[in-house]
Amino acid sequence: MLRRRVIPCLDVADGRVVKGTRFVDLVDEGDPPELAERYAREGADELVFLDITAAPERRGTLLDIVERTARRAFIPLTVGGGVRTVTEMRDVLRAGADKVSLNTAAVAEPDLVSRCARRFGRQAVVVAIDALRGPGRDGAASGWTVVVKGGRELTGLDAVEWAAQAVELGAGELLVTSIDRDGTGAGFDTDLLRAITDRVGVPVIASGGAAGPADFVAAVRDGGADAVLAASIFHRRIHSIASVKAVMAAAGLPVRLVPEAVA
Amino acid sequence: MTGPDGARPLIAVVDYGAGNLVSMEQGLTASGAEVAIARDAAGLTGADAVVVPGVGAAAPAMRRLDGRGLTGPILDWIAADRPFLGVCLGLQLLFEGSDEDDASTFGILPGRTRRLEDAPTLPHIGWNQVTRLREHPLFDGIADAADFYFVHSYAGVPGTADDAAALAMTEHGRPFVSAVARGNLLGVQFHPERSGEDGLRLLANFVSIVRAAARPRVGLAS
Repeated sequence: MLRRRVIPCLDVADGRVVKGTRFVDLVDEGDPPELAERYAREGADELVFLDITAAPERRGTLLDIVERTARRAFIPLTVGGGVRTVTEMRDVLRAGADKVSLNTAAVAEPDLVSRCARRFGRQAVVVAIDALRGPGRDGAASGWTVVVKGGRELTGLDAVEWAAQAVELGAGELLVTSIDRDGTGAGFDTDLLRAITDRVGVPVIASGGAAGPADFVAAVRDGGADAVLAASIFHRRIHSIASVKAVMAAAGLPVRLVPEAVA
Repeated sequence: MTGPDGARPLIAVVDYGAGNLVSMEQGLTASGAEVAIARDAAGLTGADAVVVPGVGAAAPAMRRLDGRGLTGPILDWIAADRPFLGVCLGLQLLFEGSDEDDASTFGILPGRTRRLEDAPTLPHIGWNQVTRLREHPLFDGIADAADFYFVHSYAGVPGTADDAAALAMTEHGRPFVSAVARGNLLGVQFHPERSGEDGLRLLANFVSIVRAAARPRVGLAS
């Protein structure tokens, strides 16, 4: 049976893992490949790197850390942040990533999703959707609006409609972040997740709001998510991947248990 | 890391523009092999084994293999029962054709690559259990029904009841063949290079199979 995945997300800037409130007060947290290897050993099913490097000319550093990570952590790696062209996606995949996640660029240029899917297969294309409760300019019927540029810019797009359109364009997976919940520890927005998982047939990764293992269970059971992503609760060692998975397993969810995992 | 008998067999990993080769190269190297990336027929020269990785659709993959003059040499390689491992799309190509785009593929194994119709989600992305139909050295030291990482929407469906090559099955909506073995011809639908410890163990087992099959090249017909 297909396992529900637990995915740690690493924010990367200028080749280092950083943490902070998404784009401000960044604190250096270490070498990405090293942390990636640790998470792989502890039972992570997959990894996401979110590149928040400000200066485009320093993006070569990202390719270097992707390659070093692929050589140390033998689990799948998704890279997001700042990929705007088919060529940039090709470079990231060649460096050793398995999937690339498109966010702002996909909203600005939906055809990019189709071109990337045609070139690399839809399984390599993740569309990341940052959703905010409340209507957009045109009034989002579902109750959630898409925001871009790291949550700073409101679009007129309905989040559920955009999810369906992204899949039609060629997305093989959706990474859905609740901007209302992100960084709050108030739990995932399971209504948002359910609205999207009821609508699309591709796997959905839940993101934004995890405080503890019970939230992971809710994202899957109530939200219908295939995978659950979190950052700070793992980085700050508030919970281990093994302990989250143990709670998910006890709740009857299929998870991959790593016997030698360090709790 | 050097193998038990010290020999590092040379494995040609075929590059036909289908994405990430870094993890495959690294996985095989960590498993005791020497890896050469093969972009044309000459790239197979001197190799002890061939690995065809890859994700995506069959038709463009066949076009790229044809365009690089690799299809013929790969078919000859398999016909000579030399060690071969197809991964994901590399396994699907062994069947006769694909429903994905009506591509004609190698036709070495009976059956077609079909969409996983009754699946709750597609693509089939994530870790799933690989249940063995019989024992095989490729899975030495790996528990039955161990989890491996998959990412695909289509999978091989053996065409006849005589699917002696089927080695393991996995279920996503419907059961499908997740590993095949016939002589030195091996294929897996999952990604061992992305499947953690068990994945590396499988690659090391493949390297052992290659080592056992490697013979002095004396009298080899050209």
